[in-house]
Amino acid sequence: MTLTGTIPLLRTRSYGSLLSGTGWFAAVVTLVVVLLSVLAPVLAPYDPDFVDLSSVLGGPSGAHWLGTDALGRDLFSRLMYGGRTSLMGPLIVVAASTVLGMLLGLATGWTDGWMSRILNRIFDLLFAFPALLLSMLAIAIFGKGLMAPILAMTISYVPYVARLTQQLVVAERARPYVQAYRVLGFRTPWVVLGRVMPNLVPTIGAQSTLNFGYVLADLAALSFIGLGIQPPTSDWGAMIEEARGALLGGHVLPGLLPALVVVLIVVSINVIGEELSDRIGGKLS
Amino acid sequence: MAVTELAAPPARPTPGRKKSPATSLIVLALRKVGTLLITLFFASLVVFFSRFVLPGDPARFLLRGRSPKPEALVEITKQFGLDKPPIEQYLTWVGGILHGDWGRSLTYRQSVSDVLLNRLPVTLELAALAAVFITVLGLAAGILASLNKGGWDRFILITVTAAGAIPPFVAAIALTALFAVQLGWFPSFGSGDEGLGRLWHLTLPALALGLTFIAFMARVTRSSMNEQLTREHVEVATSRGLKRSSVVFRHVLRNALGPILTVSGVLIAGLLVSSAIVEQTFGLTGIGQLLVQSIDRLDFAVVQAIVMIVVTAFVLANTIVDLIQPLIDPRIAAGTESR
Repeated sequence: MTLTGTIPLLRTRSYGSLLSGTGWFAAVVTLVVVLLSVLAPVLAPYDPDFVDLSSVLGGPSGAHWLGTDALGRDLFSRLMYGGRTSLMGPLIVVAASTVLGMLLGLATGWTDGWMSRILNRIFDLLFAFPALLLSMLAIAIFGKGLMAPILAMTISYVPYVARLTQQLVVAERARPYVQAYRVLGFRTPWVVLGRVMPNLVPTIGAQSTLNFGYVLADLAALSFIGLGIQPPTSDWGAMIEEARGALLGGHVLPGLLPALVVVLIVVSINVIGEELSDRIGGKLS
Repeated sequence: MAVTELAAPPARPTPGRKKSPATSLIVLALRKVGTLLITLFFASLVVFFSRFVLPGDPARFLLRGRSPKPEALVEITKQFGLDKPPIEQYLTWVGGILHGDWGRSLTYRQSVSDVLLNRLPVTLELAALAAVFITVLGLAAGILASLNKGGWDRFILITVTAAGAIPPFVAAIALTALFAVQLGWFPSFGSGDEGLGRLWHLTLPALALGLTFIAFMARVTRSSMNEQLTREHVEVATSRGLKRSSVVFRHVLRNALGPILTVSGVLIAGLLVSSAIVEQTFGLTGIGQLLVQSIDRLDFAVVQAIVMIVVTAFVLANTIVDLIQPLIDPRIAAGTESR
């Protein structure tokens, strides 16, 4: 069997050129933030919810590396634990919307029946609801927390992934290797899932990386306005909200640090996502 | 599935008879408006029937977070027509919206449309000011970057990439910390009075709201201009000795407007949605803040109304953009029948 649709990424590019220097730096930053969050129970110097009213709004010191918030809680520990909730939400949304969107995109891009047409109309309708708005509607129904926005964001991002997949599928369908499989009599599902899908994964993965940044920012914003993660659970968005009083009193650090982390991670992920889609998805446009 | 079926090329609409550009423009407009109405119809179904995904007594759902007396349950059942079949409830709701009756707010104990009308001006002013910032700063940065290769281009590109990744709520906090708390140039809270006071109060919120979009606009403008600058017609115009400014504005910018306009539809929608967060942060009494408060206070009639308004504005903005496109580039209207 020599007729294999190899993944272009692996065929033409070595991993060394996958990202530029800036891209690798962004990847390292992301990795460090993720590791600190995942290992928070092991690494965090303090209990993130431990209130110490004797050291309120303390600046950075040997005991508290990044200082303390208005309740004397250790900011470094809270940032680490906050990463767990702040990163988990976007991860679920991106994973679910990528898998669902890709499968629906493959199905609707490959066939042209009435099911495809109905799904396409549903996608069109969903494009009319911005992700943040649909999340707010979901929160109004299901109540505050992470569950409603995760559900709504997943629904919002599925059409974007599906549309991208459709475009890729239509281009892929015309390629000789697909024709060859057909002539050889391979079953359609096997060709689509086994041979076409792997060719699309890098491009879709690059777009999903970008989506991760958007979802993270939106979920943090929801926590910030008090509709997402509820205090005292540490979450970057909720931490910024809690620090507003201190901020107006001139204590910048408790609000600035989580804000910086959000920007840092969103910038890093955007850089990675854009470099990936430029280098992998370049053939699309 | 048969092989021949799979191999069939994607269906193409058969080209129609040649029509005059004006006719095709009208056809295009009618089709866009049709799509708009259909989308709005389905969106209203989603907004209305969303509360039916929860099982249980709808009267108790609408009165969540309160401890309703039996009379209150009867009252709300009557007010929302909850004892009627869902389809009839929907028709009543849509009919009411079309007649300007948006239901009653539970928290304000007045009609939703009155509450909305009080709140709408601030949001519109905020969005308008942000739109001005986006257009002026975004276009200027993009044009500047595309006309000055090298240092300026790199500097603007890096700044814009960083600024584009700052979510509105982070921008709001950062701007408050710097310009309201440290420097004390602008107020950090409230909508202010009419006129200049309002403008002064809205400057920071509008900047926070517009920052990502300014960056976005700058990037689109830059790449769109760059694409045009390499075209032959620009070279011809330059070699004919036209003034640089004339070449840039009449030959490059006009042709570069297409992609810029396309993204503005998305921008307007983004502005309205993000204004919820910015208004809440700066304590502006617009419909964005009302949306957040109404979710918080479980005032579902208001939530439904605002979601519907934002969706309508979004779809409308995109339709208008689609309709302006052919006026800037007549090829688009002509292209509707050959494609």
